[in-house]
Amino acid sequence: MIPASFDYVVPRTLQEAVAELVQHGQEAKVLAGGHSLIPLMKLRLSTPSFLVDIGRIENLNYIREDDGHIVIGALTTHHDIELSELLKQKLPLLTSAASQIGDPQVRNRGTIGGASAHADPNGDFPACLLALDAEFTVVGPKGERSIAAKDFFVDTFTSSLEPNEILREIRIATPPPGSRGTYLKFSRRSQDWAIVAVAAQVRVTGHEVTQVAVGLTGMGSRPLRASGVEQALRGKAGHDDELRQAAERAAEGTDPPQDLNGSPDYRHHLARVLTRRALEQVTAHH
Amino acid sequence: MRRRVAVTINGAKHEHEVEPRLLLVQYIRELAGLTGTHVGCDTSNCGACTVEVDGHSVKSCTIFAVQADGAEITTIEGLAKGSTLHPLQQAFWDEHGLQCGFCTPGMIMAAKQLLERNPNPTEREIRVGLEGNLCRCTGYHNIVKAIRCRTQGAGRRFLTEGEVRWRFHN
Repeated sequence: MIPASFDYVVPRTLQEAVAELVQHGQEAKVLAGGHSLIPLMKLRLSTPSFLVDIGRIENLNYIREDDGHIVIGALTTHHDIELSELLKQKLPLLTSAASQIGDPQVRNRGTIGGASAHADPNGDFPACLLALDAEFTVVGPKGERSIAAKDFFVDTFTSSLEPNEILREIRIATPPPGSRGTYLKFSRRSQDWAIVAVAAQVRVTGHEVTQVAVGLTGMGSRPLRASGVEQALRGKAGHDDELRQAAERAAEGTDPPQDLNGSPDYRHHLARVLTRRALEQVTAHH
Repeated sequence: MRRRVAVTINGAKHEHEVEPRLLLVQYIRELAGLTGTHVGCDTSNCGACTVEVDGHSVKSCTIFAVQADGAEITTIEGLAKGSTLHPLQQAFWDEHGLQCGFCTPGMIMAAKQLLERNPNPTEREIRVGLEGNLCRCTGYHNIVKAIRCRTQGAGRRFLTEGEVRWRFHN
């Protein structure tokens, strides 16, 4: 399958890239790893007439800790995230999610910035970044601005990025010691998108749940927070029965789609089961 | 607007004017004339088009040739030294790791990366590591055996459950 014809530039800086987007307007698309955009272009579901390839802009591929935050450059690949020692130690939620995306070849090319900007409701990073209250630093013609994760993911394949803005960096407050995270994904076959997945980040201090964040993949047209679960568990001791009761609220207020993979009821069920398992996993041995 | 793309494939330099929409796999097959890399599903699922770009295994049906400008590319044709097969190619031969052979170039390129990253994988790690490659003959068992016999320190053949049972009873 051959995409529709397009013109192509390779800017060397983000400023040049933004200038190209300003000049070409709605006709232009940003190309990073291309593992969301190119399949869409081959199916001609997306037919941009102009591609701005940011893949050769330097200093956009990094994972580091800076002033109490983990910062990740937009061009960091899923593979780099999966193997990052810093993230394994401080944000295993992200390494866990990264290792479950696509397959090794896809993870070698796909980027966290591209996956975020693509805003696929069944993508794996958005629910994690929502649960972690990530901040998205974006560059546009008027300079930089920061967008909170809850405002970044708007709808299916729609983020709050303006057409002339580019995601530069993702910032996440480093979880305090003792905070633990995991990503549980349910799909029918290896390589498939999640039917439902759950991102959980929980901290139990002494005998009290002092932090709990649960993100849901596949439960609506954008990633969602399971706020019922969070309310039910915050301040509790984290006993098994409390985890089970909290997890029962995972599907509250959600309106998941009906498709070939399952009914809304089935997705509600999956959200509850995966949430319980995720909570059990991150609170084990406390 | 056509663009000039220069790449090194298996040590040889190639340079062509291409449309930006030309996929890397088309470049490799049609312009460089290396047809060992196959197009299977053409949707980045099956892995038949797997090649190495700058040391990373990738699905060349989901990369534009212009994105690979300046890259070092290795395809299945770059593995053998003269008439001596690469150890993985030999292992696929020895263990009957191919039936129709269509998926084999991609399987071997994916297996190469797998063993570079994890020289001594378990059977499960091999199976998970090959999740990006499909074999329509469903010949996975011998593919896994072939890779297993290339793992570090694997002097012995990997026995199937049936062979273990046969040996036990004889």
